[in-house]
Amino acid sequence: MVELVWLIPALPLIGFLILLLVGSRIGEPRAGWVATTAAAGSFLAAVVVLAGLLGKDAHSGDRSYELVLFQWLPSGSLKVEAGFLVDPLSITMALFVTGVGALIHLYSIGYMHGDPKYSKFFLYLNLFLFSMLMLVFGNNLVVTFLGWEGVGACSYFLISFWHRRESAATAGKKAFVTNRVGDWGFMVATFAIWSALGTVTYTEIASSPAMSAAAGTAVSLLLFVAAAGKSAQLPLYVWLPDAMEGPTPVSAMVHAATMVTSGVYLLVRMNGLLTDDALLVIAVIGAATALFAALSAVAQHDIKKVLAYSTISQLGFMFLAIGSGAYVAAIFHVITHAFFKALLFLGSGSVIHGMHDEQDMRKMGALRALMPITAGTFIVGWLAIAGVPPFSGFWSKDEILLAAWEQKNIGPLLWFVGLVTALLTAYYMTRQVILVFFGEQRWDEDVHPHESSWTMTLPLCLLAGAAIVGGGINLPLVKEWLVLEHFLEPIFAHPHHFSSGTSTKVVLAVISVVIGVLGITIATLAWLFRRIPTEQLEPEFLENAMYVDSTYARVVSGPGTSSFQKAADFDKGVVDGAVNGVGAAVRKLGQLIQPAQSGYMRNYATGVAIGALMILVVLAWGLLL
Amino acid sequence: MIQALAAQTEASFPVLNALIIVPIVGALVVTLLPKSRPELMRPVGAIFSAIAGALSLYVMAEFSISQSDFQFQSIQSWIPSLGINWHVGVDGISLWLVVLTGLITPLVLVAVDPHHDPKPYTAWLLLLQAGSFGAFMALDLFLFFVMFEIVLVPMYMLIGGWGYDDRRYAATKFFLYTMAGSALMLVAIVSVATLSAGDQGITFSVIELAERQALSTNTARLCFLAFALAFVIKVPIFPVHTWLPDAHTQAPTAGSVVLAAVMLKLGTYGLMRFGLYLFPEASVWAAPTLATLGVVGVIYGAIVATMQKDLKRLVAYSSVAHMGFIVLGIFAFTTQSLEGGVLQMVNHGISTGALFLLVGMLYERRKTRAIDEMSGIQSAAPIFAGFFTLVMLSSIGVPGLNGFVGEFLVLIGSYDTRRWWTIVAATGVILAALYLLWAYQRVFHGEPTSEDEKTQDLTLKEGLILAPFVAAIVFLGLYPKPLLERIEPAVEELIAHLEIHSDYVQPQLGDPVVLEENHHQDSHAGEDDH
Repeated sequence: MVELVWLIPALPLIGFLILLLVGSRIGEPRAGWVATTAAAGSFLAAVVVLAGLLGKDAHSGDRSYELVLFQWLPSGSLKVEAGFLVDPLSITMALFVTGVGALIHLYSIGYMHGDPKYSKFFLYLNLFLFSMLMLVFGNNLVVTFLGWEGVGACSYFLISFWHRRESAATAGKKAFVTNRVGDWGFMVATFAIWSALGTVTYTEIASSPAMSAAAGTAVSLLLFVAAAGKSAQLPLYVWLPDAMEGPTPVSAMVHAATMVTSGVYLLVRMNGLLTDDALLVIAVIGAATALFAALSAVAQHDIKKVLAYSTISQLGFMFLAIGSGAYVAAIFHVITHAFFKALLFLGSGSVIHGMHDEQDMRKMGALRALMPITAGTFIVGWLAIAGVPPFSGFWSKDEILLAAWEQKNIGPLLWFVGLVTALLTAYYMTRQVILVFFGEQRWDEDVHPHESSWTMTLPLCLLAGAAIVGGGINLPLVKEWLVLEHFLEPIFAHPHHFSSGTSTKVVLAVISVVIGVLGITIATLAWLFRRIPTEQLEPEFLENAMYVDSTYARVVSGPGTSSFQKAADFDKGVVDGAVNGVGAAVRKLGQLIQPAQSGYMRNYATGVAIGALMILVVLAWGLLL
Repeated sequence: MIQALAAQTEASFPVLNALIIVPIVGALVVTLLPKSRPELMRPVGAIFSAIAGALSLYVMAEFSISQSDFQFQSIQSWIPSLGINWHVGVDGISLWLVVLTGLITPLVLVAVDPHHDPKPYTAWLLLLQAGSFGAFMALDLFLFFVMFEIVLVPMYMLIGGWGYDDRRYAATKFFLYTMAGSALMLVAIVSVATLSAGDQGITFSVIELAERQALSTNTARLCFLAFALAFVIKVPIFPVHTWLPDAHTQAPTAGSVVLAAVMLKLGTYGLMRFGLYLFPEASVWAAPTLATLGVVGVIYGAIVATMQKDLKRLVAYSSVAHMGFIVLGIFAFTTQSLEGGVLQMVNHGISTGALFLLVGMLYERRKTRAIDEMSGIQSAAPIFAGFFTLVMLSSIGVPGLNGFVGEFLVLIGSYDTRRWWTIVAATGVILAALYLLWAYQRVFHGEPTSEDEKTQDLTLKEGLILAPFVAAIVFLGLYPKPLLERIEPAVEELIAHLEIHSDYVQPQLGDPVVLEENHHQDSHAGEDDH
């Protein structure tokens, strides 16, 4: 059954091709159903492949299956295959990508209702899903790069979907170009790996002897540059908040649940190459990103911007886990985050839909009675991300904090930063829930909020279910319950084990629960009961995300543009100017000596005479010497 | 037709000669057609051009994968006293450029309406095709020089006769600039032939001269520089590139397409065939400089492209960037970098050719090439925008499309011999996204003005013209193997030739056993830099 892996990406590709050829003819809603069927079929295929994989022995290396379709780039000793690798990591990624993806397809049928480019939207969604699955299943770095760039291109199409709007067009371009900075890292890392190990295929990389320490660290950091671009880490995160210009299902799927986790996937996939020095850098940047983005989320007014910064922050958590060597914790959080963040984004989409495209939380409030399903499921997502047990987010976040605590250089510091982030997360999510669903009604009289159709609420309910029980795939209570950890174990060069005793674990878990409750309490006092003056809680500095993005923008449009313009002027004035100068000089010279060709015999005769005289002088000179 | 040819004995039919002669006959036929029937000119020309295209496909089909030397060779004595022969042949390096020349010309003849004087227009394009075939297939230096110069005339006429407002300036600049570059090459050709004569007698045969390697080191280096100057102007690389934006912008669409797809390749092809092959030691000696200029072109071309206000100029500068990759690949001397270079020559021809066609179609609709005079075209012409997007992504180098495979092979191949060059050149991928997406946003995104609103979407005829380009973009992006396996033997042969005649040794990559030695070879490659 594992051999059916090709079906998983093939189905969305077929959906894409159908929509490309007849999409606008079959129109709404059939185009949506075609795409959704393809995505759902892809999920079923992934389940079948998982069943096949589970049927094989866990420890003999059988759970790694390669399917090579053809030679893609054979050149000398370089062999790049178009091939798939099925192993516990890729199938785990594929399951939630297709599962959450299919639900978001379904949701979009209702959300995109009435859009003039309805079928185009689903065409891009299917192409995105295909690319994401190529990224996950590629058996070598270059096929993964194909998916990597493919999701980047689809992300560009989807962010700038409403391209008549200048801001959407700009955001799409910004996402693509910023991602390309990361892609540079990906490419150079690929070159370096091939140069050192002579292969770009994952299984061969895994069995290669180690690189030198310096080369290993360089490769690790280059891979992290790639990951930081795709997964929106400092300093390359700036495209993600702007990506909210796309339709909300896109934010949910591409920019929260799936694509942005591909950086995490890449580093986990390459875990055998990552050196300790590089891991420390990754942990520090991950923690810094988590804190920075959480602080920025605190003061946002746009319902989607809060979630966007929250996504960056949670991705920071995942990199903190990787940097601490806890790869399973990172993947665990990728999965639970996919559930609750997709849920939150789709919930926000339902709110925006019901509020007739209003995104400012200051014009919401008291919506829970009018949108009971949206409110109920959103609250589940909130409890999950805030780290309230037994919701899924608690388990994965707790594992990351524990891993950070055990990090061998600066563990307690990393743990503390993570803890502060957890506090902020609980706070800003509570603030959001209160501003949207509780308190007094702040919308205009002519707005009539309403609950969304079943195609939108059904995915919300299913995702809410997953967000509640999702932690169950890796419960730390009993060793046998660590299903995910045991399943993923074969892919790690150095399996990670927690060293802390049970008492430490319990104390840390209690602290993180208390912190979560504290965040919720502060937010409730401030925003529901208005016991704390809220004016100071939204400082401009944080609302503008510490002015990082606007500083970038100023540099790009100021010195950046003017230096490019100087280069263009240099080309025109100096390089081409020199060419034209030579041309002009030749013409001048011609004019200068033109009088010599006067046509008068006597002038020529004089010239001949002078010439002859000069020759004589020279000859005489020679003789004399 | 093809079967009829195949029925004859392969060796006896001089198919390569036919490739050159058919378009010339076509040009003669077109000139003899009555002037009162202008509608006949392009169809008749396209038929002859397509016959040549079909012949080039026959050459491709019959080309033997396992052979590394020249195939389909044909030799006729031309000027016996000087050892000059009409000698043509193809190997894996020239094969795909011949096919590209064969297919692009008929497409362009069908695609682009010159609006006036179709008779000379068609005839010049046919001569351009014949000359390009000749230059790519010539195995005699004298023959090559004749062909290399001949192609200047039709292009000069096309730019000057059917171009835009500044066509005279651009045509003259193009002609004088490239002519000046090749003047020294003629001196070098004569020098190489006479100085290599020795006891064996004078010859202009490329194969023979490459084997003899009779020149002293310094003479060879001087001759190499003279050849290289002619070729780098043609490529063009920084800082001798400024004829290109003018020529491209002022040329009619057909001229731009053929210029980008075929003529620029004469430069990079020349560097491989006559630079590396005739002067291996000098090539290794000059490699750091030329690789540097290539990389400068990648970055500089992209930066200058970003700031262009004219869409055609922007594409022209993007050519400087893309061709820079090829130059880097050539002077990195590895199997992957050279194969990638050849592949990139073909792919750049397809992508940039298609891009110029699209810009031409846009000009027909909007009568402007100025980026800031257009807006929101995607809303008015979504299918046209879709085609443009695909070609743009190909040019940006998104994997799965053809632009990626060549550049990727160039870069991965150059990493071991030219590490820092490669790391810098790879930033070109960021800039490529920047200049194309920014231009796309300004032209296609946003609200259309009332003028833009009326932009007609892609017509069926235009779709059919673009279809082969799109098919090639996708097919070559996913399955370049048929090209690579035909290119490889010739490239391996060329590298072996370099290793025999210089102290260059291709690093044995990736063999973990020699990991330590790799280090040693790195420092060795460093010594070559002096």
